[in-house]
Amino acid sequence: MSLDAAAVARIARLARIRLTDDEKNHLAAELSQVMDWVDELQTVDTEGVEPLTSVVGARLKTRSDIVTLNVTRDEVLANAPEATAGFFTVPKVVE
Amino acid sequence: MSGIIEGSTGTWEMVIGLEVHAQVTANSKLFSGAPITFGGEPNTQVNLVDAAMPGMLPVLNDYCVEQAIKTGLGLGAEINRLSVFERKNYFYPDLPQGYQISQYAHPIVGKGEIEIDLPDGTVKAIGVTRLHLEQDAGKSLHDQHASKTFVDLNRSGQALMEIVSEPDMRSADEAAAYVRKLRTILRYLGTCDGNMDEGSMRCDVNLSMRRPGEPFGTRCEIKNVNSVRYIQAAIEYEARRQVDVLEEGGKIAQETRQWDTRQHVTRSMRSKEEAFDYRYFPDPDLLPLELDEAMIERVRHSLPELPDAKKKRFISVYGLSPYDAGVLVAEQTRAEFYERVLAGKRDPKVAANWLITELLGGLNKGGHDIDASPISADNLGELIDLLADNTISGRIAKDVFAEMFATGKGAAAIVEEKGLRQVTDTGAIDVVIDAVIAKNQDKLAEYRAGKDKLFGFFVGQVMKESGGKANPAMVNQALKAKLAG
Repeated sequence: MSLDAAAVARIARLARIRLTDDEKNHLAAELSQVMDWVDELQTVDTEGVEPLTSVVGARLKTRSDIVTLNVTRDEVLANAPEATAGFFTVPKVVE
Repeated sequence: MSGIIEGSTGTWEMVIGLEVHAQVTANSKLFSGAPITFGGEPNTQVNLVDAAMPGMLPVLNDYCVEQAIKTGLGLGAEINRLSVFERKNYFYPDLPQGYQISQYAHPIVGKGEIEIDLPDGTVKAIGVTRLHLEQDAGKSLHDQHASKTFVDLNRSGQALMEIVSEPDMRSADEAAAYVRKLRTILRYLGTCDGNMDEGSMRCDVNLSMRRPGEPFGTRCEIKNVNSVRYIQAAIEYEARRQVDVLEEGGKIAQETRQWDTRQHVTRSMRSKEEAFDYRYFPDPDLLPLELDEAMIERVRHSLPELPDAKKKRFISVYGLSPYDAGVLVAEQTRAEFYERVLAGKRDPKVAANWLITELLGGLNKGGHDIDASPISADNLGELIDLLADNTISGRIAKDVFAEMFATGKGAAAIVEEKGLRQVTDTGAIDVVIDAVIAKNQDKLAEYRAGKDKLFGFFVGQVMKESGGKANPAMVNQALKAKLAG
């Protein structure tokens, strides 16, 4: 499988990453190699082999439905570039 | 309204599927201990993980998992022993992570079914494709500032169940019946409060049109239609719009549309369809969710009697009509109230009649349901007893009921206080009858000359004289004898 610069541009736009044309070409080659490697992996016969989800055989940890509020609003907003009246504020999003 | 539209080129049929987002009833969020309270001050119910601060990890709330299982069992659905949380990637200011943790290829609940009652009395089964758990996003306010969007993350991370139906509905009425029924089931189960005004239940409508019997056409999705009335109106509008496009030889573009609650039209929301690439992949922060049989069985045993089963029981055990049974089971609190009125001894049909026609009818005028009843179940039962043992007549009972409704007082107390006890003493009734006859000698003569219908006049006069308290059956009997002479 091979990715061209246009495909890289599309992926970059979805991820909101700005790339120069040089970077796109470079990444197209690199990502294509990764994809080729995955293609190679997929040729391995895994019939009857359970998917491996954890190398230590762990199970998903859960918690009880208990309220634990660890931070105040001021702390939540402390790193916001902008906040007004207790809200995060961002440039207006127009649908 | 039917789902068939007669266009200028022939007949069109609606094909409708619904996606309902139901907020899980719980104390805390799906992956965070932050509380869930509607209407809290902005950003006061937010932990760092809900604001997507670096290094924060999600930890699954096991009660939300139980609630999803419970809902699945209530819909008669398969519970998947293994499900996977995945990241649904998109950018929006109220989604701080840049992805929503959801389930995609492996949801927690598989195929189920909801039975809806159609106006003609038949029942139709609507397939449920799946139910999965996911996080809610925060809330954006666009109208607070000229150039800014305000973001409140209180809702960010709350647990939602997305319940997806098969495209089995064929009219706006069927879609409305499905939503109402789903809401009733969720409320019975206690897994979602079903409050559409507060956004605890939100609905996306998928609609396409086709010639009856032909394959499905291209569909449009109408996002966030948040009342049953709007669901119906949005479907009617969108169906008409699609028929107009198709009949002019156009093609329906598969797209997301928005319901405009002011102008009652649907509008295209996103022009760039390319942006619709969520690039789902398993969330590396979360292992697959494995359920053990013991837990599923424990939840199964906690299921309440569900509306369908209750309705069948009310029909077979109490002899109610399907309509009356349907009204009573629509809310669990109504059904409970009804059975408390019966208390195992009162006439089920009489009790249903008082509850539905008088009590629910009266409450409905003020936009209330049984929860707001000024009359307790015991007091309504008492009224029915007074009627059954002839202490009061049916006519007086209505007056007593009105007084109970207005004041919340007990039936017996009102009857005593106002001296409304029915007169069943034949001597006392005879005295009244004699007086009425004495005053109306002319009418008596006419009656005896063959004008039978004057009997009603005499009954009316006697009842009036007795202040409505004379037992009507006894009045009839005694009057007939006296008039005959």
